Amino acid sequence: MADIIKTATRDAYGKALVELGDINDKVVVLDADLAAATKTGMFKKAHPEKFFDCGIAESNMMGIAAGLAASGYTVFASTFAMFAAGRAYEQVRNSIAYPHLNVKIGATHAGISVGEDGASHQCCEDIALMRAIPGMTIINPADDVEARAAVLAAAEYEGPVYMRFGRLAVPRIFDEDYKFEWGKAVVLNEGTDVTICATGLMVNEAIEAQKILAEQGISAEVINVHTIKPLDAETILRSAAKTGAIVTAEEHSIIGGLGSAVAEAVCETAKPVPVVKLGVNDVFGKSGPAVELLHIYGLDAQNIVEKAKQAVSMK
Amino acid sequence: MDAAIRKQLKIKACKARMGIIEGVFNAKSGHPGGSLSCVDIVTYLYFNHMNVDPRNPQKEDRDRFVLSKGHAAPALYSVLALKGFFPAENLKTLRKSDSMLQGHPSMKYTPGVDMCTGSLGQGVSTACGMALAAKLGNKAYRVYTVLGDGEIQEGQVWEAAMFASAKGLDNLVAVVDNNGLQIDGKISEVNSPYPIAEKFKSFGWNVIEICAHSFDEIDAAFNAAAEFKGKPSVIVANSVKGKGVSFMEDQVSWHGTAPNAEQYEQAMSELTQALAELEA
Repeated sequence: MADIIKTATRDAYGKALVELGDINDKVVVLDADLAAATKTGMFKKAHPEKFFDCGIAESNMMGIAAGLAASGYTVFASTFAMFAAGRAYEQVRNSIAYPHLNVKIGATHAGISVGEDGASHQCCEDIALMRAIPGMTIINPADDVEARAAVLAAAEYEGPVYMRFGRLAVPRIFDEDYKFEWGKAVVLNEGTDVTICATGLMVNEAIEAQKILAEQGISAEVINVHTIKPLDAETILRSAAKTGAIVTAEEHSIIGGLGSAVAEAVCETAKPVPVVKLGVNDVFGKSGPAVELLHIYGLDAQNIVEKAKQAVSMK
Repeated sequence: MDAAIRKQLKIKACKARMGIIEGVFNAKSGHPGGSLSCVDIVTYLYFNHMNVDPRNPQKEDRDRFVLSKGHAAPALYSVLALKGFFPAENLKTLRKSDSMLQGHPSMKYTPGVDMCTGSLGQGVSTACGMALAAKLGNKAYRVYTVLGDGEIQEGQVWEAAMFASAKGLDNLVAVVDNNGLQIDGKISEVNSPYPIAEKFKSFGWNVIEICAHSFDEIDAAFNAAAEFKGKPSVIVANSVKGKGVSFMEDQVSWHGTAPNAEQYEQAMSELTQALAELEA
């Protein structure tokens, strides 16, 4: 399998911004002293006149983004997920989301896979925080192809978007001609026994899990939920009606993220099905190599397999 | 300043004060003190300084105004109504569930409001973003923002102050409405932000200090700010909380309290008399 391409979604973000800058003169990019890490540095190099470093002041950066957007610009504001959704939460809510301004928050280094920096930088609560804000769109791409497509699509959409990118290089899943459909969950593999709803880097693990389950005689349907809000409940519920059980998989707290969103949608139907959530189990992360940490926190194919069996047994 | 213009501004400001009292009284809540302290400056900006068009509130080259101390919304609404952005009758609907006038300014509801504010410290950052946008697009419009003196206790204000200076936003003018009082008492006692002028100077701003209730000083300050190049300007405007209503003046208790019927009558009677004298 030496030919698998591995790229971090943050790299795809940086490259997509450069592309956008080439074609859209309304695009402005902001960063808070992390341009090398968030990859907005690529845009800075290509389009220096449209890039502004706000320094280590994320709250102010969100306000700057709001002011620029209110003046007609399409603004990408970038920092780590912890500081975008955490520190600047209220600025995102009041200055950006309340007026529904055209700001795209490029939040990199989300989740446990930040790795060695440890718990202070491993944000596993950002989706929960952003989901609670009215009118916020949340996109968590699975690979670099989807990340690029999502960034380009976000620039065309009018309103606030929270885009979640990772630090860790992840395997490419999609072909270069992959079409990103705004808000539409993608059924990657059809199955009949259990539905695996995955997002971000867990999509690749879900695909692996499906193969393992197939060997054990369990037919799993895999859905890539790249957009967590608004949730494509239709696609998920249609699958649930068919399989009768759901597993959710995300590199995020089991509280408030994809698992919660799916459970909320499923339990408000006439025939709810079991929903078993795989995610960061209401704990803080810790330092370590990213891949090792993902296994330590159970964020891998093997744990999806176990949860899938559990879900099937609950039918 | 031309005497006739000064007189007209005083008349407008007096009417704006009546609108503030009208709104807060009918709402039975709101912030009269800090509205009355900054209303002369807001009146001046809309009637004698900013390029705005009430018939076209979104006009692209308009000057922008961000009321960073969003709780002074009654002052902004009253001036916007006088300027013709919406009928003055709306002022009586302040804070009601079917009103275009939210408790704190919202660009989603009110024509003429350029930004949603109310959470202190945030408006000034958005004003910086608007000023940056003007620079980026080579636009001539300027951006004005009014902060409370208590508001500058928010750390974000100083993030914004650093940014505006670092990026050379000389098309931005901030006003600090220095009435000396915040909800819990004197700003000097609660958590002193003094010396205000020196702080902004050290952050690289052009600083001008004035009396917030003298139209001559206000006029001179904004004209000086317009001519100052390379740095943002801040006008530290020494004001009286509750200015213009005798029993509200310099009283912290009028920060966020609505007048009762009797107090309303007295306030309106004082302002009506003041208006008559101005118009005489």
